[in-house]
Amino acid sequence: MPDVIDHAVTATPTRPFPHTDLLDTADLTAADITYLLDQAESFYEIGQRAVKKVPTLRGITIMNCFYEPSTRTRSSFELAGKRLSADVINFSATGSSVKKGESLRDTARNLEAMGTDLIVVRHPASGAAAYLAHHLSVPVINAGDGCHAHPTQALLDLFTLRHAKGGLAGLQVAIVGDISHSRVARSNLLAMRTMGMEVRVCAPPTLLPAAVERYGCRVCTRLEEAVEGVDAIMMLRIQMERQGGHTFPNLREYAARYCLTRRHLALAAPDCVVMHPGPINRGVELTHELADAASSLILSQVTSGVAVRMAVLYVMWGKKKK
Amino acid sequence: MTAPEPRIEIGRPLAGEAFGRTISRMAHEIIEAHDDLATAVVVGVRSRGSHLARRLAKRIAEIASIRVPVGTLDITLYRDDLRARSDYPDLVRTEIPIDLEGALVLLTDDVLYTGRSIRAALEGLMALGRPARIELAVLVDRGHRELPIRADYVGKNVPTSPAETIRVRFVEDGADEDAVCIMALPEGTRTG
Repeated sequence: MPDVIDHAVTATPTRPFPHTDLLDTADLTAADITYLLDQAESFYEIGQRAVKKVPTLRGITIMNCFYEPSTRTRSSFELAGKRLSADVINFSATGSSVKKGESLRDTARNLEAMGTDLIVVRHPASGAAAYLAHHLSVPVINAGDGCHAHPTQALLDLFTLRHAKGGLAGLQVAIVGDISHSRVARSNLLAMRTMGMEVRVCAPPTLLPAAVERYGCRVCTRLEEAVEGVDAIMMLRIQMERQGGHTFPNLREYAARYCLTRRHLALAAPDCVVMHPGPINRGVELTHELADAASSLILSQVTSGVAVRMAVLYVMWGKKKK
Repeated sequence: MTAPEPRIEIGRPLAGEAFGRTISRMAHEIIEAHDDLATAVVVGVRSRGSHLARRLAKRIAEIASIRVPVGTLDITLYRDDLRARSDYPDLVRTEIPIDLEGALVLLTDDVLYTGRSIRAALEGLMALGRPARIELAVLVDRGHRELPIRADYVGKNVPTSPAETIRVRFVEDGADEDAVCIMALPEGTRTG
């Protein structure tokens, strides 16, 4: 049976991606991450073509379940699925049976019963994606769960950085902002450490999780100290929706100490790049000037996002659980 | 995942200098067929089609002093058998150095068999632009076509049984010499 398949591919070395779900970057080895980033290169090239679509996932149904507002991630996953010719259904908590009290598990089992092949989930509760992965037989991709993880964001950040810097190992990165509520920070921190990067985190003490240094990062409370000599600065959004309102006096006071300006960038390495997962609060996390400067990779991150999510869908699709 | 069964070489219809002469002859045929190769690009189906593409471009440059650009096409995403596969072929970035709009594409692959790879390659090329013409050059035509596809330039016709496979080895991949090898399962282990 294997032999009627053309030789062009049978001779190709394959490296199976061992995971049946993509829940957290903590589960990924350096080889796993490199594999996904390498695959994403091909999809990045497709995004530059006149016809940005390939027939690979024809007939496959992908369900985007978004229990939390999202523009970038949802449209990025939708576009990624559509560029692979999959049928993509967007399901959001508002205007659905969730309002009628249906549980997450029941909703997902119903969606699975419709013949969905892949489920992408964004949920305000940490662990929601893992919960679904446990109960469903189709692959689950975590598109952000509470304050826990956002693996595709970390992967696209690494992809963008690798493009800008030519490699990852040894890079020095500062992650600045609301570290304690940020799944982006956590997923990036874990993935960056796995890839041999040096990470500093910087925030007011009230926005730093307890024992954050256990992740193997350097903790700074002054922005000047955090950015000194770094190759990349990742600014995080202040998540007003996840604060109790007692973590800092007001936005202006936060911005006075933690808003990235040209003055800070001058302390970093000469070719330092600035990243932000979006949406930006201009004047809070970074100045207008820096958001639009040549050093800003913010829009490259968005472009990379589609390529990386295409790679994730391509690699995860068809994985069957026992 | 089904591990490929060990196969042994049972014949070597083309190797060494003869292999090189065959590529030279194909290069001559390509030059002869075209008054002008100014819009031409040689596109290899990776990975062994790419070796053939580079070899042909080199010979064309040596014979006619025409530099024809070389590109690589990864057809994985266009294959019709992906759903049946349990392993995932690694993707390699498709790189074609010129705009295919109005170009003469010389598509190359090492072996022409069912024609399904070439169908996938044609679909992939079309997504990149609208070439004026696509021609197919293969080192080996082993028969057993399942689609109405034929090659314009053939290095060697090698009749095979469907149970056999053809393995083309290039020195670029570390082979001792360039060779076209017929491979089969050892006696006694063959199943239907």
